[in-house]
Amino acid sequence: MDRLALDVAHLFAGGLVLVSFMLLYQDRMFGLLNIFALHALVVSLSVAWQAHIQSAPHLYITAGIALVVKAIIIPVALRRIIVRLGIHRTIDTVGGIGQTMLAGIGLVALSIMVMLPITAEAGTLTREDLAFSLSVILLGLLMMISRRNAVSQIIGFMSIENGLILAATAAKGMPLVVEISVAFSIVIALIVIGIFLFRIRENFDTMDVHALERFRGGQP
Amino acid sequence: MNDLGPLLVNAILLVPICSAALLALFPDDRLTGQLNTLASLLTFLASISLFFFRPAVGSFLIVDDVNVVFIVLTTFVAFTTSVFSASYIAHELETGRLTPTYLRFYHAMYQTLMFAMNLALLANNMGLMWVAIELATLTTVLMVGLYRTPAAIEAAWKYFILGSVGIALALFGTLLVYLAARSVVGEGLDAMAWNVLVREAPRFDPHLLNLAFAFLLLGYGTKVGLVPLHAWLPDAHAEGPTPISAVLSGLLLNVALFAVLRFKMIMSANPGALAPGPLMVTLGLLSVLFAAFMLYRRHDIKRMFAYSSIEHMGIITFAFGMGGPLANFAGLLHMTYHSLTKSAIFFSVGHIAQIKGTQRMADIRGLTVSHPVLGWGLVLGVITIVGLPPTGIFMTEFLIITSTFARQPVLAVALGLGLLVALGALLLRLNGLAFGEPYGKDAPSHASFVPMFAHLGLVLAAGIFLPPALVAWFQHVASLLG
Repeated sequence: MDRLALDVAHLFAGGLVLVSFMLLYQDRMFGLLNIFALHALVVSLSVAWQAHIQSAPHLYITAGIALVVKAIIIPVALRRIIVRLGIHRTIDTVGGIGQTMLAGIGLVALSIMVMLPITAEAGTLTREDLAFSLSVILLGLLMMISRRNAVSQIIGFMSIENGLILAATAAKGMPLVVEISVAFSIVIALIVIGIFLFRIRENFDTMDVHALERFRGGQP
Repeated sequence: MNDLGPLLVNAILLVPICSAALLALFPDDRLTGQLNTLASLLTFLASISLFFFRPAVGSFLIVDDVNVVFIVLTTFVAFTTSVFSASYIAHELETGRLTPTYLRFYHAMYQTLMFAMNLALLANNMGLMWVAIELATLTTVLMVGLYRTPAAIEAAWKYFILGSVGIALALFGTLLVYLAARSVVGEGLDAMAWNVLVREAPRFDPHLLNLAFAFLLLGYGTKVGLVPLHAWLPDAHAEGPTPISAVLSGLLLNVALFAVLRFKMIMSANPGALAPGPLMVTLGLLSVLFAAFMLYRRHDIKRMFAYSSIEHMGIITFAFGMGGPLANFAGLLHMTYHSLTKSAIFFSVGHIAQIKGTQRMADIRGLTVSHPVLGWGLVLGVITIVGLPPTGIFMTEFLIITSTFARQPVLAVALGLGLLVALGALLLRLNGLAFGEPYGKDAPSHASFVPMFAHLGLVLAAGIFLPPALVAWFQHVASLLG
């Protein structure tokens, strides 16, 4: 594989990790949505590049799904939901931005330390993409933990999914990648529809002890 | 006669999916319950015949000795639950908790769930199995939120988010297993097929497998309901329709555990890989102890039995984690008995909650006096599930503890403690529910008792006498699990 192909693939994968960090410190709803659209755009570029260098035309379908569904349709739909529900101001976070960023850096270091030694035989492209995608997955999990409202948790989940798509395309020749990305798109569509139908504003995280008791089947 | 095999395997998948489409379109709400039962019966019959006609291994579907047990159990419980569901749903329609439109949706989802679970069990491809388990998760999420009360929507949402994260982690684990297989088997479908993976596993890179198993155990373990990933399970059981609680506890948890077992077989076939046993033993024991103590503080009857399911999935995971022919044998049998017993308990609990109009245990008393058949059914169910002799669960728990004692006495003591604590909690609650002065509403029940007593009868009979052919079969499967 020539040098340029490898470098461009790294550029996209590394860019995805960078955009994941941008998602972590974003504290406004519309900003979060724009960054997520960028995240999806980078992942679709990365998948399209992999399709090109692996000469695997079916991966273009995955790239197309990522571009159309996650970079265009979902952000537009979520924007409407946010306006409709009136939750566009700021996002409740657990812990400060600084701590979250530090934790994120730790997670990236962890995933590189875990992935690089064990994938020694897998080829440069695969092993570095896997390390990056594990970072994206862990950063997505961190985002889901550190945000309290439903929309930003979903964005966290979708960034995890982008990381998985990156990993699946990096594992050269893996069958069913397209099917898996379609299955994921269905999940995401359902989540978004769910928020819209049920008007879920918060993650039911309430300081009201009575409400907690009721949810746990206690005395009403 | 060999060409009948593929037809039957396809029938197990096609009957549910076709009837799901049919039930979604069918407007008459009296017939749909019976149609649902009929479809489930056909699927069950097709799965029984797998014992006689074994189709060749395909690139997507496989029938081997390991999954036949699971398929027959799944389709059987699906059939009996559909019988229970018909009488349960008729009552929900009368009281107006469900409208005919929702009923159509419910039945279509029920069959889609059956399709997804059968596909997950039959799949000869770890990617296909992953997609099937995801489909099963989605359909159950929709059914848990069926009543659209705030609590039901919260339960569905929690289940959705936790289930999705779990399934995402499982996919990453699946990818790593593919990578480990790719360098040995080569690219393409073969590197994801179970039969190839198990055969070639000794040559895989052990480090990749170790990391993969950590992701897979956490990912699919979320769906099994292992502590500390269990948070969705009690809510989902308590807020959804009771037939779904029965199917969740009796079947879906098993299917997720089946996925873990498949990967465990690969792990134990590889000499260099981390032993999967200690991880599973730890999570299992944690689940048993946690759930046993949590049982004391339950106020909601369905939630209580959901915690009991966590406890039993813990016992089963513990048994498979200990490994060896005896513990695996006990684990398999325990899984079968738990499916049958827990769904029977949910059948009776469903009718009880309908009669009393509440799930709060404080409002339910003296059931054996007011509704003798239902009350004694519950008593029998609880006696079976806590593992009092001579039921089948007593036998399997005894086997698990004795086989553990021979190897790790400390673990056996901890497990025994968990079992006794859970026994105390359930019997304490049962005393209040079943005996004493009747309290609360006293509506007559239009229950169908056949499924409940069929299940309990099977477990009771199996505790006293298990046919030698069945014992030999289970021993054979246990030896395959490693």
